[in-house]
Amino acid sequence: MPALSPTMTEGNLSKWLIKKGDTVKAGDLIAEIETDKATMEVEAVDEGVVLDLLFKEGEANIPVNKAIAIIGDPNEKVEVKKEAPIEKVIEEKKIEKNIETKIENKKADLIDTPSPKIEEDRNLSSEEITMRQALRDTMAEEMRKDNKVFILGEEVAEYQGAYKVTQGLLQEFGKERVLDTPISEHGFTGLAVGAAFKGLRPILEFMTFNFSMQAIDQIINSAAKTLYMSGGQINCPIVFRGPNGAAAQVAAQHSQDFSSWYSQVPGLKVIAPSTPYNAKGLLRSAISDPNPVIFLENEILYGLKGPVNNDINFSIPIGKANIEKEGKDLTIVTYSIMLQKSKEAALRLKDEYNLDTEIIDLQTLRPLDTETILNSVKKTNRLITVEESWPFGSVGSEIANIVQRDAFDYLDSPVIKVNSADVPMPYALSLEKLYLPQVDDIINAAKKVSYIK
Amino acid sequence: MKKLQKADYIKMYSFMLKIRRFEERAAQLYGMGKIGGFCHLYIGQEAVVVGILMTIDKNDSVVTTYRDHGHMIARGLDPKRIMAELTGREDGYSAGKGGSMHMFSKENNFYGGHGIVGAQVPIGTGIAFTHKYNGEKNICRTYIGDGAMNNGQVFEAFNLAALWKLPVLYIIENNKYGMGTSVDRAAAGLDLYKRGEAFGIPGEKVDGMNVFSVIEAADKAGKYVREGNGPYIIEVQTYRYRGHSMSDPAKYRTKEELDNYKQTDPIEIVKAEILKKKIATNDEIEKINKDTLEEIKNAAEFATNSPFPKDSELYTDVYL
Repeated sequence: MPALSPTMTEGNLSKWLIKKGDTVKAGDLIAEIETDKATMEVEAVDEGVVLDLLFKEGEANIPVNKAIAIIGDPNEKVEVKKEAPIEKVIEEKKIEKNIETKIENKKADLIDTPSPKIEEDRNLSSEEITMRQALRDTMAEEMRKDNKVFILGEEVAEYQGAYKVTQGLLQEFGKERVLDTPISEHGFTGLAVGAAFKGLRPILEFMTFNFSMQAIDQIINSAAKTLYMSGGQINCPIVFRGPNGAAAQVAAQHSQDFSSWYSQVPGLKVIAPSTPYNAKGLLRSAISDPNPVIFLENEILYGLKGPVNNDINFSIPIGKANIEKEGKDLTIVTYSIMLQKSKEAALRLKDEYNLDTEIIDLQTLRPLDTETILNSVKKTNRLITVEESWPFGSVGSEIANIVQRDAFDYLDSPVIKVNSADVPMPYALSLEKLYLPQVDDIINAAKKVSYIK
Repeated sequence: MKKLQKADYIKMYSFMLKIRRFEERAAQLYGMGKIGGFCHLYIGQEAVVVGILMTIDKNDSVVTTYRDHGHMIARGLDPKRIMAELTGREDGYSAGKGGSMHMFSKENNFYGGHGIVGAQVPIGTGIAFTHKYNGEKNICRTYIGDGAMNNGQVFEAFNLAALWKLPVLYIIENNKYGMGTSVDRAAAGLDLYKRGEAFGIPGEKVDGMNVFSVIEAADKAGKYVREGNGPYIIEVQTYRYRGHSMSDPAKYRTKEELDNYKQTDPIEIVKAEILKKKIATNDEIEKINKDTLEEIKNAAEFATNSPFPKDSELYTDVYL
């Protein structure tokens, strides 16, 4: 099973294009593979006769690097291992980068467990869906309710979404409401902002937020400031959404985290969901909001599965953090994908140091739910912030400022921030791992605020 | 071409004169320290916006640059409230929070007043998108300065407008200078109206000192766009008598050049036509002159007496 995208860890065998006994040459198409992003054809690299097909058509979740067919010389007796050894590096990549893989190991039970509050939700679905489905379903539900909601972006229509988040929307809503744009962020962002000024409710997908830098003048100078500059006359009900932060080995220009950049701007609201459940509730609030909303998704989380609330009016208010796990010894404030790592760290902190960690998932970065943070710090007296953004002027920096200002006397130790390294994102897998906050970094910070050597 | 009635001539003359007198008064208030920041005057360019005005539908939309006072007057907005915005008072169109460059009137379909060169072009294209999306027969007039014609997002917008056949009329107001840099020092290829050709957008060049030429071109282009044929570009050759902004001494051009343009003053052209066609007498024109001067005087009076925004307004209108 070939790896056909940076975040792919397994694939589905859609179709064989060869059969046993066929002779294939290098470059011949041999199969159709469905990845986490698309269905793709795979070519043969070597020449020979198809000696065996190891998986049937339709078989799903075949791990990357597993042998799927044997091509060789029928006259030579070849010793064939049906399962090729998985390279160590790929194994590492799976453990570090893919949440679904994490669920397989024992510690992952908690990671995939919804927070107590979510479990209390009486409308919780018995079926678990992925983050990408949750986002897709919410957009479709809102588009059914309001004809003024439309979606535009690169590859959102015919291609069905670069990350399949808009799958099926073109078929249901047609090309007037699901628009493929050219690779022209500055232009189509300004166009969408103009449409929002005039009363439509665009959902604009950035293929990744890295490309939003091409359009950032329109986001800030036009979308965020016009309500103020017009004395309250012209609002801009638009959602800018797409994956933010690191994917897997896509290096410096495709891995930046923009959470603190956008959170700095008055006039914008900034949301960063962490689960399918809150993705649904928060995206609905974002689409209904009369202001411009930056909705920061995470590519690695797109495959994360969980229960959701299927009520088409279910929403989670913007500006409200979720206490993901209650605890008494220290507080971790986090958001987006770092919630997963924080939960893993909390488990180990309990096991190894008997520390009872409270985890706050911010959900919204602007406006910031300072009340929930301060109440928690007043209880636990210790705080670490965990986020993927660069350290200088990060969301954690602002939280540290607020906490020292408003809860100084409650702190038993300095606030510690866990961020990515203060360098551009490197390509090499080993360096990428060093760059990103890891569970061990969170544990070290927790030990430090708890004065554990 | 649109058939002009007698009342149309009077309307054109009155509007152009109102813009001229307004801008002169704004310059005076600026000099007195009543208006702050940047203040870009439209003197000399009046025939452009008034010519376009003659072909506009009430429900059409307009978006323009920061040189916007004249555009607002032409859209029928109240000079008192425009001037009050310039003086940063609570009766201004943006309640004193926008200033000269950022003025809007949603009820009059006037979408700014944009301070960033070129930014209004994708925005106007998006407003046109909305007209089409809603199945309306209206069009969006998007004004572009010659300086913005070297700005990337303008061409991204042209591409989208042509690709999606959006009802947008682009009007390039070529006043010869992007701040202090003349067009020939900024643009490779001086025919700015041809810059849509690669996208299949028709364009033409028009004498912007003559309101009748502007009307003729705007009428033809407006019809083309309204019929669903997609965007159209008019490049209007005009001239600003003043510097780029109030703080610009305009030393990059000669006095002769300025005097030469003043020979073809757009307001004088209309006046001569009115007298020639005997639409009004000299006395009647004098009365318009006097009334206009009075109206603008009152606007200045209003704008300097309107209260400053309340301190509590600092934190309003950030979010709806």
